[in-house]
Amino acid sequence: MFLETFIAFFLIFQLRKTLRTFSPDARWDKHLTIAMYAIGVLALLEIVLPIEYITKWLWHLVLLIIIIITFQKHAFISVRLTMYAFLPLVIISFLGDILEASRNEFLRDIERYMDFAYPVAITWMIALLIRSRKQNKALAEERKKREEEEEQYRIMTERKAELEAVVLERTAEILKQKEELQHALSDLKSTQAQLVHREKMASLGELTAGIAHEIQNPLNFVNNFSEVSIELSDELQQEINNLSVSEAEKNSLNTFIKDLKNNQQKINYHGRRADAIVKGMLLHARKSTGEKELTDINLLAEEYMQLSYHGLRAKDKSFNATMQTHFDPNLEKVYIVPQDMGRVFLNLFTNAFYSVTEKKKGPHPLKGGIEYEPVVSVTTKRLNSPSGDGGRASGVEIKIRDNGMGMKQEVLDKLFQPFFSTKPTGQGTGLGLSISYDIVTKIHGGQLQVKTKETEFAEFNILLPA
Amino acid sequence: MKILVVDDERDMQTLFEQRFRKEIRKQEMDFVFAFSGEEALNYLKGHVHEAVLILSDINMPGMSGLELLRHIKKEFAPPPPVVMMITAYGDDENYQQCMDCGADDFLTKPLDFNVLKEKLKTVK
Repeated sequence: MFLETFIAFFLIFQLRKTLRTFSPDARWDKHLTIAMYAIGVLALLEIVLPIEYITKWLWHLVLLIIIIITFQKHAFISVRLTMYAFLPLVIISFLGDILEASRNEFLRDIERYMDFAYPVAITWMIALLIRSRKQNKALAEERKKREEEEEQYRIMTERKAELEAVVLERTAEILKQKEELQHALSDLKSTQAQLVHREKMASLGELTAGIAHEIQNPLNFVNNFSEVSIELSDELQQEINNLSVSEAEKNSLNTFIKDLKNNQQKINYHGRRADAIVKGMLLHARKSTGEKELTDINLLAEEYMQLSYHGLRAKDKSFNATMQTHFDPNLEKVYIVPQDMGRVFLNLFTNAFYSVTEKKKGPHPLKGGIEYEPVVSVTTKRLNSPSGDGGRASGVEIKIRDNGMGMKQEVLDKLFQPFFSTKPTGQGTGLGLSISYDIVTKIHGGQLQVKTKETEFAEFNILLPA
Repeated sequence: MKILVVDDERDMQTLFEQRFRKEIRKQEMDFVFAFSGEEALNYLKGHVHEAVLILSDINMPGMSGLELLRHIKKEFAPPPPVVMMITAYGDDENYQQCMDCGADDFLTKPLDFNVLKEKLKTVK
């Protein structure tokens, strides 16, 4: 019976095709392929061996299984129409074989009449196959359309991802720019603050000098007259001693004169004090008379460190501090006014020594049980220009550091203002740092910066252009 | 020897008189005071034949010390009187100006009277 073989083969082929097109499934694909080979082998065996009486029923079983599978598995839904096409033929063939096999004469007759049913079944089959073919075509078209849509969707997704990447990149760029701008803005702000500060310092300096000038003349009178008065008191005393009055009267007069002289001396002493302050103030206005000359900063710093140290030693025998020098041996000489720069060094070193001394005097916590050791250090360093013009030095950095009391923020804010001092009255004029600031910034075009931590250290950083 | 002190500060007179009281008493020095450049010129015109040494401040209202100096050096010749200039501004520029105008000496305030005394003695 080639009909069943053909139908079985065709159906399995259809199933496999459907499966491959719509829902690939390796396991089922393998099963179906094996089934196809099995059908082929069975068909061959059928031709070669006289086993048709068995295979006849086998084909019916195969067809039944195929039909069941088709109606069971959802993936084969599109093959169902093809199945309906073959169904009458399969049923007729199956019934025919059953009737033929029966021993009933009547049934055998019916079987013979059933041969007429074949053309009807075949017509049905052809009609349904045509319909199925059409449907499949429509399905294929729809599938194609869907695939196209999917492709489009995929392309769009890709584009979207690309765009998103671009947007991310742009956003990062903009963020970077924003950060740069913010940085620039804060730089500008700090520069502005510095400029304002410098301007304030400059005008304060000028004001100071102006006031000093005005005060100087009356102060000269005070000092001069007090001096003359002291001399006059002495002369008066001699005159009295030459007089012919009693000793008691002389003594009484002399006591008065002594008091007067003492008062004059006090006036003169305080006048001189004021004069010293005024002289300091006038240094602000003083145009630097010194010439700039090539100077070895290391030598200059060392010299003034020693000078400051021994100056303080001379005043206070108990004073002691460790001096450390970290000099850059490759430091190039720079053009500076040595006397002016020396004054700056002297101010900074004296302040540093003062700070460590005060700290040693006052209560200070022991660090790890080790007694506080006052240290003042100076470090010099060559600065290379950031643009790097062949590694040539574009400046010199001098750091003067002490491990003394450090400074509070309030002190730091006023540090370079004239007359600002933390020393007790009479010990400092409050002009040292303000003059140092002027010398470094105005005369040498450099910078004077401070770093500090209260109770720990203070570090003054002088930057001089080469 | 007459010394003409020109300064707009009137207390200068008292100060000089006290500072040089011994010299004045011994009649080694004779001080005359003028409180402006104009006054000083008038005095000099009235005492042409006297040998006078002039100590003048620079910063004064009206005729300044420098103008006075120029007048003296131009009008009282020859030889013009010795003029010492005194100023609170001891910078190079001021010094140079005074020297250019023919000043014989230049002193800065505050005056060191001991130095001044020495100078006055050598002029004699």
